[in-house]
Amino acid sequence: MAMATPDELKARIEAAIPGAEAVVESADNVHFSARVRADAFAGKSRIQQHRMVYDAFAEGELGGAVHALQIKTEVP
Amino acid sequence: MSDNPLRDAIQEAIRDNEVILFMKGTPDQPMCGFSARTAAALQAVGNPFAAVDVLPDPRIRSELTAVSEWPTIPQLFVKGELVGGCDIVTEMYETGELHETLGAEKPAEAEAAPAPEPAGPPPLGIENRLG
Repeated sequence: MAMATPDELKARIEAAIPGAEAVVESADNVHFSARVRADAFAGKSRIQQHRMVYDAFAEGELGGAVHALQIKTEVP
Repeated sequence: MSDNPLRDAIQEAIRDNEVILFMKGTPDQPMCGFSARTAAALQAVGNPFAAVDVLPDPRIRSELTAVSEWPTIPQLFVKGELVGGCDIVTEMYETGELHETLGAEKPAEAEAAPAPEPAGPPPLGIENRLG
């Protein structure tokens, strides 16, 4: 991903976590915040939930095109 | 012992300190807004915690990430387990879970939220918490 956009991040996260609903915001397309709701988070620790979101990205993307990703996870 | 003394030292620090925060800078002089917020939440709870500055040597960070498999700094460990970074610790502070995790008395509801603002300057726009 050369230039990241909130829509792109939303699509990535929702594709990586089946049934997830993500709201992604960014003021500068470099720093992002994502609110992710997913049934798949049920019964998982916050660490595990956040790891599932991180796993939507390839090695080097976080810290590269996506400088910072703030995450908030929720179980519906 | 492995042939990686730095990794051994990090694992030992995580094992030997009930509450340990790996951060950029120190709790009194944080060098990153995310580290500042996390340290401020721990200070607000009030229980003692160990803090390790990852900035003096880039190998500290790479070895820590190899141990924890967590990409960002800060990282909080309690009783040898990774609890989370800034987002998770801040959220746990606001819900009172952080007090529980650290074995501190929960604050009265009215005093609990919001998360404390660090005293230092806000994070700069160019900040890269992952880099």
